[in-house]
Amino acid sequence: MDIFLQQIINGLVQGSIYALVALGYTMVYGIMGLINFAHGEVVMIGTLVTISVAGLLIKVGMPVALAGLAGLIAAVAVCMALGWGLERIAYRPLRNAPRLAPLITAIGVSIVLQNLAMMIWGRNYLTFPPLLPKVQFEFAGANFTSVQVIIVLVSALTMGGLLLLVYRTKLGMAMRATSQNMAVASLMGVNINRVIAAAFVIGSALGALAGVMVGTYYENAHYQMGFMLGLKAFTAAVLGGIGNLAGAMLGGVLLGIIEALGAGYIGDLTGGFLGSHYQDIFAFVVLIIVLMFKPSGLFGEKTGDRA
Amino acid sequence: MQAKLSVVALSIAAVFALGACGQKEEPKPVAVPAVPAGKPEVVVKLGHVAPMTGPQAHLGKDNENGALLAIEELNAKGLEIGGAKIKFELLAEDDAADPKQGTIVAQKLVDAKVNGVIGHLNSGTTIPASKLYFDAGIPQISGSATNPKYTQQGFNTAFRVMANDVQQGKALGEFAAKQGLKTVAVVDDRTAYGQGLADEFRKAAEASGLKVVANEYTDDKATDFKAILTKIKSKKADLVFFGGMDAQGGPMTKQMKELGIKAKFLGGDGVCTPEFMKLGGDAAEGNFCSLPGMPLEKLAKGPEFREKFSKKFGADIQLYAPYVYDAVMVMADSMKRADSIDPAKFLPAIGQTKYDGVTALIEFDPSGDLKGGAISVYQYKGGKLEYVETLGGGSVATAKAEVKEAVAEVKEAAKAVAGAATEAGKDALKAGAEAGKDAVKAGATAVKEAAQATKAAVEKK
Repeated sequence: MDIFLQQIINGLVQGSIYALVALGYTMVYGIMGLINFAHGEVVMIGTLVTISVAGLLIKVGMPVALAGLAGLIAAVAVCMALGWGLERIAYRPLRNAPRLAPLITAIGVSIVLQNLAMMIWGRNYLTFPPLLPKVQFEFAGANFTSVQVIIVLVSALTMGGLLLLVYRTKLGMAMRATSQNMAVASLMGVNINRVIAAAFVIGSALGALAGVMVGTYYENAHYQMGFMLGLKAFTAAVLGGIGNLAGAMLGGVLLGIIEALGAGYIGDLTGGFLGSHYQDIFAFVVLIIVLMFKPSGLFGEKTGDRA
Repeated sequence: MQAKLSVVALSIAAVFALGACGQKEEPKPVAVPAVPAGKPEVVVKLGHVAPMTGPQAHLGKDNENGALLAIEELNAKGLEIGGAKIKFELLAEDDAADPKQGTIVAQKLVDAKVNGVIGHLNSGTTIPASKLYFDAGIPQISGSATNPKYTQQGFNTAFRVMANDVQQGKALGEFAAKQGLKTVAVVDDRTAYGQGLADEFRKAAEASGLKVVANEYTDDKATDFKAILTKIKSKKADLVFFGGMDAQGGPMTKQMKELGIKAKFLGGDGVCTPEFMKLGGDAAEGNFCSLPGMPLEKLAKGPEFREKFSKKFGADIQLYAPYVYDAVMVMADSMKRADSIDPAKFLPAIGQTKYDGVTALIEFDPSGDLKGGAISVYQYKGGKLEYVETLGGGSVATAKAEVKEAVAEVKEAAKAVAGAATEAGKDALKAGAEAGKDAVKAGATAVKEAAQATKAAVEKK
């Protein structure tokens, strides 16, 4: 029994990380219908910038908490600039192109960013400075740390904040209008360029935040860490209904828990025929089944509240 | 979506393939600088393959540095083969530790008509690529592919300068049993290397009386192992054995600690790196790993190599650099002995190699494996790898050194005995011949005994 609870905790934390990254995907997709495959790389750059800045400040003798905060701010700033730049350079010229073109550009951007990061930070693994206090807890035989609690809280709060932004602010209203019909929204006086840029900038800021969380959790970083993470987060977004904020959150957590339970039980369920390396199959079978019955994902709707 | 993605992937692959075709290198005109005494200069192209991108890129770079160092030294020395001055050139390729990519770059090297190939790094890429090299008759020496299958395919072009996983898995299994552990969980990363090592370890561990309570799997790109570790925790294993690389092993020890798992961690050469300790932090402390061969510090040329390496590249050796260095040297040495750079001519010479390298005295058995490879066990202590012991095999070089030592001791003993005998003889002249004779006899027996002990030691090795 304790293993079940532990697996749920493992999955919840992993899923919260997916969700945090998936929010960035869904934000951009909701408005433009574009899958920004470079988002995983934005997360990676967020992590690496934090390592550089916070690592340097800690070396200089700044208190860890302050250095961590400075690292986070630097990462968010860099990623926001990056998101804005990407939209301006890579996606805006292709806004009216066929849908495949920006998709391929996104993959190209992701490769460019990876190699750029490799040139700046090198090929080696980097260790993430311990920015958050890591206190171990034990509950009913399951172990977890303060970092894990913080990750779950941060991603829930972030989603809440985003929902507020989309449904309670003027910018959010403009975003919803843009997502429904770009041309009409622009006729109604919405500055579409600004709204789309804002979506990218906010999405990238979330990416930076996710990057810091990932770094704090795994305590290491690498220039290719964003690829798999991005792919899984994208899956989570599709599972929950891409374009829907609550869906991204739910999809992420669901994917994380399915993976953990899959890895934990698949061997016993199949009598050792399938091992824990089939955990992804578990997750993707669930995805396929969901998409078969609800092609737009669990929360996705054809029209309306995309944001 | 999936269909769309695969279309995207295909078109990208096509773009890359086209790009690659467009860049196909014309055979470069050999630059003939003013060579003194009219000696022609011939370029020998050596291919080198390792992952330069991906999670193992740091190890790939390490390998390439080892090869570069060897090539630079060879060129500085200025070899002459077949009456021509030889200039070595390294064609470095990236296989991203991916078997598919491995065969693509192998074909590229075959098309470039390289004289020999050093690599690949991973067993998973080395094994499929070795077929291409065999078909083209190109000799291949890997400094790090340890899966036994590599040399068991009947390819006369496949060599390695490192002990294989049968030897390593066996040594590790026996080592684990010796630690007084009872139960073990085996994790592997599903690569040819990780799986092969884990299988060999499992066999040896069970043979030595350990009980395997869990078999779990991950992959060589994973970052999160909590799910499988949780399962291992519920099975109450005393030891977690990991067949895989440092990029996974390091975080794995950390996550073990977070989950409150008290079990020890043990791994093979893939986790025996400084990178592992960096990633594992204090969770790595006190755990064990193994490396084929002897520690550099214990080898005659080891410390010198380390110094050369860090001076040139400003980085410490990660793992296989000395082995790759030796692989290049063996290749060059074979060319020299065959007096030819033609693969068909110098290939037989590789099999007869007897090269005193940095890592060992390198000799190959008929299948292309290193003869008598030793396995050394290390412990992570205070952020450093501390040498524990050397198991199995006993490398030829060590045996030779030990024999040398023994011979020296015997010589000294003989000298002392002779001295004593002379003294005794002198005394005997005064006191009577008998006593002197006895002393000489005793001395002679001592020498004989010492010689026999040496002989036994040599035979044991």
